[in-house]
Amino acid sequence: MKITLDNVVKTFDTFRAVHGVSLAIGSGELVALLGPSGSGKTTILRMVAGLEYADGGTIRFGDRDATRIPVRERGVGFVFQHYALFPHMTVAGNIAFGMKVSKLRRSRAAIDARVAELLSLVKLGGLGGRFPGQISGGQRQRVALARALAVDPKVLLLDEPFGALDANVRRELRRSLRDIHDALGITTLFVTHDQEEALDLADRVVILDHGRIVQEGTPQQVCRAPSSAFVTRFLGDANRLVAEVRGGRALIAGGSIEAAGVPDGRAEIYARPADLEWAREGAGIAARVIRVMDRPESRRLVARLPGGEHVELDVTPETAVDVGDSGVVTLRRANVFALA
Amino acid sequence: MAHAPHGRPPRVGDDAAVRRALIAFVLAVGAILVLAPLVVIFAQAFRLGIPAFVANIAHPDTRHAILLTVLTALVAVPVNTVFGVAAAWAITRFDFPGKRALTVAIEIPFSISPIVAGVAYLFVYGLQGLFGPALQAAEIKILFALPGIVLASMFVTAPFVARELIPLMQAQGRDLEEAATSLGASGWRTFFSVTLPNIRWALLYGVVLCNARVMGEFGAVSVVSGNIRGQTNTLPLHVELLYHDYNTAGAFAAASILTLLALVTIVAKVLLERQGAGRVRRPALAAPLPAAALSTAAALSPAEGAKP
Repeated sequence: MKITLDNVVKTFDTFRAVHGVSLAIGSGELVALLGPSGSGKTTILRMVAGLEYADGGTIRFGDRDATRIPVRERGVGFVFQHYALFPHMTVAGNIAFGMKVSKLRRSRAAIDARVAELLSLVKLGGLGGRFPGQISGGQRQRVALARALAVDPKVLLLDEPFGALDANVRRELRRSLRDIHDALGITTLFVTHDQEEALDLADRVVILDHGRIVQEGTPQQVCRAPSSAFVTRFLGDANRLVAEVRGGRALIAGGSIEAAGVPDGRAEIYARPADLEWAREGAGIAARVIRVMDRPESRRLVARLPGGEHVELDVTPETAVDVGDSGVVTLRRANVFALA
Repeated sequence: MAHAPHGRPPRVGDDAAVRRALIAFVLAVGAILVLAPLVVIFAQAFRLGIPAFVANIAHPDTRHAILLTVLTALVAVPVNTVFGVAAAWAITRFDFPGKRALTVAIEIPFSISPIVAGVAYLFVYGLQGLFGPALQAAEIKILFALPGIVLASMFVTAPFVARELIPLMQAQGRDLEEAATSLGASGWRTFFSVTLPNIRWALLYGVVLCNARVMGEFGAVSVVSGNIRGQTNTLPLHVELLYHDYNTAGAFAAASILTLLALVTIVAKVLLERQGAGRVRRPALAAPLPAAALSTAAALSPAEGAKP
């Protein structure tokens, strides 16, 4: 089911949470709404679900205007941030709930069979008799997913699906959500503030800030060509250096980098730690190492430039470097944005 | 701090002398203030033996008072339960003008003297009151009759159910109801299948307290009932009446029934609190163990994957 948002607006009292958002999600697509807290991403998700109503604009499911259809009749599966499992029902009871209250009458045996099928889909076979309070956070998340899928929704919506889980469980559940999505082909929209999660899982990422879409595209598009300083910073660690652009090159003391299309004048350079190179000597920006942080896959150096700015750069684990060492930093790759 | 020198107490306030004195004081005062009167009530009620006790209870006026009290509770408690659930729902689920005022207003009967409530009812429904003439013209008798007693009892006990539910429903939030609705449940279905089971212990607790207070209410009822023996005398009023008649054994027999009711209420309260606490604690107990529980899940899932 294709979902189309056209100029959707939502205001709470005096606070405008969503400013005219337009977005098209293709049938069977897996899309992430990514943004910091307060960016309006959850509000958009809740409006698609029908848990909130838009103050302006339209939301279409396929060709049908769904803007005013109540959540009960919208045919969406919603996974809540804190799962919202019914604590007084067993896992199987939770999953069966949607089928039991449905207008479509199902036999008890049909419901039981479907519950068993869903339990094995989310790899929780044998836990149907437990209560939500007796299972782990990751298992609860999977029950919430199975419960949402039980009503055969046309659209699956997830609000910070892995927010409350530890890193390893997150990664595992991310893969299994991707597998389930690929197996069922259901149009899926999820909200996250975690850029790694969005980039890992989604076909397409929609980045939001202050209730507006600031960029959308495939993970590759947003990573390689971030449209603004905000997107660059939000997608990951980035060093910021102020530069002067002249004739398509950004100049800083001790170096320069290509800045095609950026008008002459003051600009800011964003460079990822892995896009900076460290050398003992040679051409480049003079720098002095003030901290070394060792990581499994690299060493991260914090270095001070002559102007007093700190930059962070990643070097190979073999690099021999210590606090106090002097050397030069060169820019291998960077994004340049004009300063207003 | 933990190993203070010179044998000083390891924890603040854990001095043996203070501890003993405090416990002795509390026990002594508790015995004099609470236990002694309780013992006296039953001792006096059975002073002339069981047959006399039964005769006292079986006296038509006493029986009528018991009946009237039960009748009042049968009307006031269900009405206040529905009101309490509705009020708690409205306050915790909706935003509306006057919400704060309603929250405060619900508490008023707790802080106001019941006698003031009784007098107020007198001036609303009495002959010289607001609706008095209209009610008389329509031949509806509220004061000095069952409706007045029920109304006064309801006023006094209006907060009991709502006050138990509001904090709980606030803590639970709207998520469960939103989840049920998104799965296709109707409003009623959501209320009975999801909301009610999750508030049931607090609700029962509120109902038990409300019932105890309705049956025991004296002040407000005393003003509006007119104390007509065998007609508008509830059990607490009847106790006072018998006492003023110098029928000590009768008064204590009637009082013992009210006391018994109070004891049953306390036991029910303790049992309900234990149930309610168990409900709340169960998820929290499991929460700190995700790692352990997850390894079980990891152990389970490959086996599950192999089965089909």
